[in-house]
Amino acid sequence: MNPALQGLITIIIGVGGCVGYFYGANLFLDKVLLRPTGPNAGRNINRANMIRPWLFLLPALLALGLYLAYPVFATLRLSFLERLPGNEYAFVGFDNYTKMFAEPKFMEALRNNVLWLVVVPAAATGFGLLAAQLTDRLSWGNIAKSIVFMPMAISFVGAAVIFKLIYEARPEDVAQIGILNHLYLTFGGDAPVQWLQVPFWNNFFLMAVLIWIQTGFAMVILSAALRGIPEETIEAAIIDGANPFQIFFKIKIPQIMSTIVVVWTTITIATLKVFDIVFAMTNGQWETQVLANYMYDKLFRANDWGMGSASAMIIMLMVTPILVWNVYNARKEMQ
Amino acid sequence: MDAMAGRKPAVVWALNISVVLLVALWLFPTLGLFISSFRTGDQITASGWWSALFPAEQTLQIRVADPDDNRVDLGNGRFMVEGNIFEGEGFEGELNGWGTSSRRLGEFEPGATADLGDGETLTLEQDGSYVWEGDDDQISGRAQRVFLDVVTPPDFTLENYSFVLFDEDNSEGMAKAFFNTLTVVIPATIIPILIAAFAAYALAWMDFPGRAILIAVIVGLLVVPLQLALIPLLSLHNAIGIGKGYLGVWLAHTGFGLPLAIYLLRNYMVGLPRDIIENAKVDGATDFQIFTKIILPLSFPALASFAIFQFLWTWNDLLVALVFLIDASGQTTVMTKQIVELLGTRGGDWEILATSAFVSIAVPLAVFFAMQKYLVRGLLAGSVK
Repeated sequence: MNPALQGLITIIIGVGGCVGYFYGANLFLDKVLLRPTGPNAGRNINRANMIRPWLFLLPALLALGLYLAYPVFATLRLSFLERLPGNEYAFVGFDNYTKMFAEPKFMEALRNNVLWLVVVPAAATGFGLLAAQLTDRLSWGNIAKSIVFMPMAISFVGAAVIFKLIYEARPEDVAQIGILNHLYLTFGGDAPVQWLQVPFWNNFFLMAVLIWIQTGFAMVILSAALRGIPEETIEAAIIDGANPFQIFFKIKIPQIMSTIVVVWTTITIATLKVFDIVFAMTNGQWETQVLANYMYDKLFRANDWGMGSASAMIIMLMVTPILVWNVYNARKEMQ
Repeated sequence: MDAMAGRKPAVVWALNISVVLLVALWLFPTLGLFISSFRTGDQITASGWWSALFPAEQTLQIRVADPDDNRVDLGNGRFMVEGNIFEGEGFEGELNGWGTSSRRLGEFEPGATADLGDGETLTLEQDGSYVWEGDDDQISGRAQRVFLDVVTPPDFTLENYSFVLFDEDNSEGMAKAFFNTLTVVIPATIIPILIAAFAAYALAWMDFPGRAILIAVIVGLLVVPLQLALIPLLSLHNAIGIGKGYLGVWLAHTGFGLPLAIYLLRNYMVGLPRDIIENAKVDGATDFQIFTKIILPLSFPALASFAIFQFLWTWNDLLVALVFLIDASGQTTVMTKQIVELLGTRGGDWEILATSAFVSIAVPLAVFFAMQKYLVRGLLAGSVK
């Protein structure tokens, strides 16, 4: 069957099924199971109202449970198992983890991931804050913001192609078509450099891609936060003789600190899961491996589910503090 | 910064210039790819994309017409070849100067006559017409070489796009991948919205025990890396017979998109005025009616925000498609995967790479610019609380 047709049918079945389920289940509850008439009308209405939320929630809970909650436990279990021929599993305890930590490629991925976690959220938030502040009172500020925000719509893979063109190096005797090498040679470099093949520093050239994408996100949110600052605090500071830098660092930043934290943690999570950029640009060669790509290698190239799951658990472990913090804040907010 | 009235012009200038720099830094990478997609492979390797916007000076080396076939006998042992040097070259541009030796480029002005020694002459006009004259020996054998200094105007082509999108013989074309991506994206955007909207309503406006815990769980699930889901779910899909295919990828995207959908929609719905909902209840509306007739229409901005997020995310996704969709046959490849393949096989062919990448970028960019308002609103609802 033509996939487009299949897609259309799925949309109809999926949407129709969802609507049918919600409508039908609701109708069944009111008209058949617990009719709001007769001697038990009051009791029935109350019971129906107790059941109804769960009817509304059921599809979502099923999908969430199956696609997000169950895999956490299944992956945890797999990380303690070794797959044997014939779909058998053997319990190996922490073997997968110890083997993994002994692997240089894993340690490299771990080191790089930490590097990414230090650099990307800081740089993206910093640039975002700078862009938000600079464009705030500018007549063409909204156009500038749109352009900085635009990479948000571009896929990691698309961005990888874009930056590969920037980093392109060609032999010394022909014209450079990568702008970085062109600038490098113009400003006194001796020979074109394969930027993505310079160990350690190439990590930063990869990070630039994610920073370029995430800055717009940070800018949009921080710009809204900056606008939310009460005017009086700033006016008071001006009257007291504060200069623009003092106003920015001592008055504005402290007031939007909680938003900065939210932006920072959101970008941190995006950074932890970074996969496409490394996969498309270097595939972990030249010491640029990161955890998500290492995991993909283990799972689908080496077919080692034990170690693959163990490295996925490492990513989960690194996310956990943020998860706990988010849940804690959400609970606090609701009370 | 609010001391605007008292700001010095120098400061305003500095501000404008730094924003221009910032914008340039963020725009040029995409612009480079965009421009490259309209250049031929030869143009791309000959010069950087930044010089494509300006007229380019280059040196062309062309031979005049073959003397043995074209010469005209002038009598007195004199012969002549006449013609236009640009004939058959499809050349557009301006001739600045020319020469007959690679060591003396631009020796002659257009319209000048070069003395080639022993009475042999060559005259070349601005429009490319030439007259080559000499005796029997000189006007025979190999045709005279001419080195032209020309300035060509910016030259762009749509050839790359027609090759990448419409060429039937191009096995690495993007047309099929484009439709595959579309097939993944549409159901994967619509279905989670529906499911999430009902759940969000229940979490926002219906009272039941365990509601607070459920909300906390959803906030927690927001950050669970989908990397954890790959192997368990692939095994599950294989076990229940879905295997790799569209159904699997739709389900996966639905599951992964739900926490954000529920979270965004619930945050929005909670903020709707309580009076409307309570009045409706007093008037005897059921929860189902309240939801479909009041909440859904009022929540349109939040629904649009999430729809854009989910659209961008599924359109741009690589990992989920790699794991749940693309099988060994490669028939269901999506654009992101196709581009990664091209990076491997056509690493140096920038005209193909740039065009393919831009085909996949164009749709999200259009959606982005058309719906930016909703995107920003959604981001703010999701983060600033």
